[in-house]
Order: sequence, then structure tokens, then C-alpha cells
Amino acid sequence: MTEKALSAPGSTVHKAFLQEELRERSWLEKLIGPEWFRLVHGVVTNPLSVIGLLITALFILIAAFAPTIAPPVGPTYDPYLIPRDGYAQEPKSPGTVWNREPPPVPGWYQTITGRDYWVHLLGTTSGQFDIFYGVIWGTRIALFVGVLITAMTVVLGVIVGALSAYYAGWLDDLLMRITEIFMAFPFLLAALTLSAILVPLFGRGIWPAVIALITFGWMTFARIIRGEILGAKERDYVMSARVVGARDFRIISKHIMPNAIYPILIMASMRVGDYVLSFATLSFLGVGTEIGYADWGQIISFSRDWILSLDVYWYIIVFPGMALLLFGLGWNLIGDALRDILDPRLLHGR
Amino acid sequence: MTVYLIRRLVQIPITMIGVTIFIFAMLQLLSPVERSALYIKTTPYNDTAIDAIIRKYGLDDPVYVQYWRWLVGIKDPTTGEISGGVLRGDLGYSRTGRLPVTELIANRLPATLELSLWSIIPIIGGGILLGVVAAIYHNKFIDQVIRVFVTIGWSFPTFVFGLLLLLVLYAKLQLFSPGRLSDAMIAVVSSAGFHQYTHMNTIDALLNLRFDVFWDALRHLIMPIITLSYVVWAQILRVTRSAMLETLRQDYITTARSKGLNERMTIYRHAFRNALIPVVTLGGLMVVNMLNGVVVTEIIFDYPGMGSAAARAAGSLDALAVLGFVLFGGFVLILSNVIVDILYAFIDPRIRLATGGGAG
Repeated sequence: MTEKALSAPGSTVHKAFLQEELRERSWLEKLIGPEWFRLVHGVVTNPLSVIGLLITALFILIAAFAPTIAPPVGPTYDPYLIPRDGYAQEPKSPGTVWNREPPPVPGWYQTITGRDYWVHLLGTTSGQFDIFYGVIWGTRIALFVGVLITAMTVVLGVIVGALSAYYAGWLDDLLMRITEIFMAFPFLLAALTLSAILVPLFGRGIWPAVIALITFGWMTFARIIRGEILGAKERDYVMSARVVGARDFRIISKHIMPNAIYPILIMASMRVGDYVLSFATLSFLGVGTEIGYADWGQIISFSRDWILSLDVYWYIIVFPGMALLLFGLGWNLIGDALRDILDPRLLHGR
Repeated sequence: MTVYLIRRLVQIPITMIGVTIFIFAMLQLLSPVERSALYIKTTPYNDTAIDAIIRKYGLDDPVYVQYWRWLVGIKDPTTGEISGGVLRGDLGYSRTGRLPVTELIANRLPATLELSLWSIIPIIGGGILLGVVAAIYHNKFIDQVIRVFVTIGWSFPTFVFGLLLLLVLYAKLQLFSPGRLSDAMIAVVSSAGFHQYTHMNTIDALLNLRFDVFWDALRHLIMPIITLSYVVWAQILRVTRSAMLETLRQDYITTARSKGLNERMTIYRHAFRNALIPVVTLGGLMVVNMLNGVVVTEIIFDYPGMGSAAARAAGSLDALAVLGFVLFGGFVLILSNVIVDILYAFIDPRIRLATGGGAG
């Protein structure tokens, strides 16, 4: 049967088409368009992804209200450095009273308990870094790092993928070979190496690990965007844009990108959690932030001093570890639901 | 098919050259003092010594000259001794490990290989089993439970999961312990009567008929194996589950069912085997996971393999040693990807029977 016969009046396809056209649309669908509506609808009706959304929203709230939840020591003090209670080696258990130079007692704690002195809610690490403070402010670092790395890898991937697909020929060959070379590196090992090399150049901090993860993270996006554009390039609207004499850049940015960027955004949301876990791993292995920085992986690395007595000092792992797990889980649950909704679209992009 | 094979094989050296160029580029970010470890063991301390070494090994020569020298090595004009040269298998000297990098890798390889080989069993077996069960009970309660279970594993940072295992199974319950062997067994293994054929303890123990050593080695492997498996099951499950669902929708399954074949036979004889084809593509991914996973797992369980050596070297900023591991890992990865592709071409009749290179 030809396409024409399929969509002829009275055929099944035509009826389905009419039904789709005449279907009642809610105000939301009218506002954001059918594609986004399908996504939003799918995500909020799936119980697992609703849990994911709630978890992620909670982290965003914690990050936003970090100064209220765990007030920093003072205006002159870098809030991302965890305040310490002395220098003793032995970790203190949750609930121990804060002795030396405590930061201001948060208002919510005074209201709930009626006490006017501050305690180590989640205990301290060796060297007396306050775990509660680190977990709360670490949320900001996690969100910042996750979104930044994802955004940068998407930008790099889009540039490489778009150039590759649109100009085809030798440029495509070259760029795809380069992509393959980057994919030939074991991700974590390569990122570990590059940050170890960058630490002497930049000093300890978030940047060596961030740059390393970006360097070895953009390839999937390049491949997907290339596939999407190759598909879009043959569409009629691109052809007609070319016929009326639009420039390459205009065709790419105005006609191809808005259509191709869609699966990329979905992919990106699924990667935020992964990048934060990798970042934490690098910190844990000692090529990330400096000691005492409010970063989950860095706090957990203190547990390596106490492998024999982890059951006594469990709070060094459990609290920041749960923060990491929930953070990753939140994004992964959303990503999983999105993947299910978009499965056929994503399949051909890989 | 032949064209496809040839094209795939030709790509190997090209990618490998690309990898060496990129690693060399990373080397250029190091100071000349650090780079001198490519050719000499001792660290130069004063300025004159540094200058002499830079001049002797041409560490300020044009980049392409240095790259070539890095590949083939330098011949000392007076002694005729060649130092350096990646193609000669000389990756430089690890100043924190106090060993040539190649030797470091060779020493650590058997332990990692042993861990990886043992882990493959639960990773593949468990992942496929979970995927098939999830597909059979599609969207039922069991399916949901399995998917939540593996998604949690996937979201777990490997090091957090490993540390929690240590907390419960070692610190609390004293069931298993970190390391590779207990002290008593190390004495046995290093004694004269025990032949170390492969340097993989479990296999050596069986060959020497020392079952106490075998049991001890296996006990030390259990926590790393659980860690390595749990965090990657999600990947295998996802592929197996969707492949199985896809297969269960095929006409020949309906035919099998309608001719009265019982459900177990239908799934095992007709669906399962065909569903396994796409799972083969995961082979490459598994190698990546393994190379990434052992870094963290070995360091946490104090297991003396390549991963922990690489992590320690990185932690003490011994870039040359880590670069050696990356180079090695990269080559392993390239080779395994090619093997997987070829294997896949052989298994899948659609590719095998396609004439010419249409499968690329």
C-alpha cells in the first residue's frame, strides 16, 4: 500500500489522525506543546519518577537554604570550607556538643530543641570537620558540579556533532575518529589521570576534576546529536530553507537544532547524577578538592583512616554516602522514566 | 563480512596511535622534572642537574621530535644504552612505586585479572537472570521490585557501597576481610613448596591441590565481587529486559504458544536464545566497567591489583605511573571492542549473512 492510500479519507490511519486532531487538549498541552506535554505527563504519572522529582527538589531546596540550615562561621570565612571543632584525630559521634568556636546556632534548631548551643548533628570526621555542615553545603557543590559538567559536555558534544553531521565528508571522518579515540579511554581511569596532572597546575579544588570529567564525557552527546542532525538534514523544511538561500549557520541554529536538541536535553538530565558520582569518586581518591572542603566524596575519604573500626565511626560514611546515593537516585529515577517515554526516539540515536 | 572484518582491524592501529598522541599531549602538561622520569630513575634536585637532563634528553625539543623519542626511546651516545621508548615496552619510572611502570603493571595484572574473571560470573549470570525474570513478569510487582533494586545499585557510588559492605561484613560481623589472602596463607603461597603458575591465587591453589588456600583466596574475593556486580547489574538488566520483551512479541513466540508448547519451553527454547544476541554488545561495556570498577573496589578492599596501584599513584600525583595504566587500559579496551564487534557479527545472522561491508 502506498502512503497515499494509507492516509486516504476513511482509512484507519486517517481516522486515527482525525481523532488525534480533534482530541480535547488541556491548557497545559496548549501552553508547552504536545511533545513536552507527553514528557511532563509521563513523568508526573509514574510513581517512581515522582519520587525522583521529590528527591531532586529536596536537594535544590537544601542547596538554596544552606546558609539558614547550617549557618557559616562568619562573613570573612569561606562558607565552602567546613568549620572544625579543634584538631583531635578521633571522630566524635552525632549529637556531641560543639566546643571550640562554634558557628552561630541555626534558628530552626533553637526553635525545635529550645537549646542555645550547637551540636555536631551528624558527628565529626577525623580532624573534627562537622559532617552536618559538610553534607548541607556539599549539596550546593554537587548541584553546581553536576549541572556545570553536564552543560559543558552538552555544548562540546553539540559543537562536534553538529559540525560533523552538517558538513559530512572528511570533517565528519576526522571528528568521528577523534571521538572514537576519546572513547577508547577507560573513563574513570582517564579522568583520574588528567586530574592528577591538573592538580599541580590549578591547585586542589573542584576544577581539576571538573575539567577532567568534561574532557572525557562529551562523546556520547556528539554521537547522538550527529545522528539526530543526519536525520533532520533530509527533512523537507531544511531542504526548503536551503532553497531560499539561508546560510549554514542559520539553518543549523534555526531549523535543525530546535528539533535535534530535544533528545539531548533528556540525555543530559540523565547524566547529572552520574557526573556527581564520578566527581565524588575522584575526590574520594584524592585528586579532587582540598581536605575540609564541603564535598561529599571528600568527607567520605576520611573513613579510609578507620577501616578497622568502621562500625564505630559509621557516621562518616553513612550520612554523606546516603546524600550521594539519594542524589544519584533522584536523577536516575527521572531519567529512567524519560527513557521509557522516549524509547523509540533514543534507540535510533545511539 | 570480510570487508567488515578488515575495516575493523585496520581501525585498531589508527585508534591506538590516536590514544598515544593524546597521552603524550597529557604528558606535556607535566614539568620537565616529572617528565625526566621517562628516562631516568633519580629525581634531579638542583637547577644545573635539571638543565643537564633537559638538554640530554631533549625535553625542550619540538613536540613531534619528543613524541617520536617517547615512542622509540633515546640511545645514550657513550654507553649505547637505550632508555625510554613506549614501543619497547618502557613506560618510564614510577617514583612513588619505586619501580619501572611496566613492571608495576605486570606485577599487579594477575590479581586484577583474577578478580575480573571471578566477577564476570555473577555480573553476567545475575544480570541476565534478573533481566529475563523482569521481562517475563513485565510491569508486574516482581518487575518493579527488580528494577528498583538495580536502579539503587546503579545510583550507588561504588566506593560508598564498598565501604558499607566493609562496615557490615568486616567491621561488624567479621565475616570477610580486606586484602588478598590472610597472613597464614601468604606464608603458604610464598613458601618453596607452592608453585605460582599464574600468580592468580585461586587457580594456583587448585593446581597445587591446596584447598585451604583456594578457600581463603575466594573468601577475600567475595566483597569486591559483590561490589563490582551490584553497581552494574542495571546495565545488563536494561538490555536483557528490553531484548526479551521485544522477542516475546515476535510472531514465532505466538506460534510456539498457540501450538500448545508450555510457557517454560517457549521462553527457554525460543525466546531466551534470541534475546541473548543484543546482550553480547554489552561485552565491551563490561570491560569498561571492570577497568573503572577495579580502581575504586581494589582501593577500598585493599586488594593489591592494578586498580589500587593506579589510584594510589594518582593520589600521590605520580602522573607517569597513572598514564601507564591508562595506556594499558586503553589498549585493552580497544582490543575488547573489536573482539565484541567481530563476535557480534558472527552471532547475529543478519550481519553474518549480509554481503560486503554493509554491517558497519
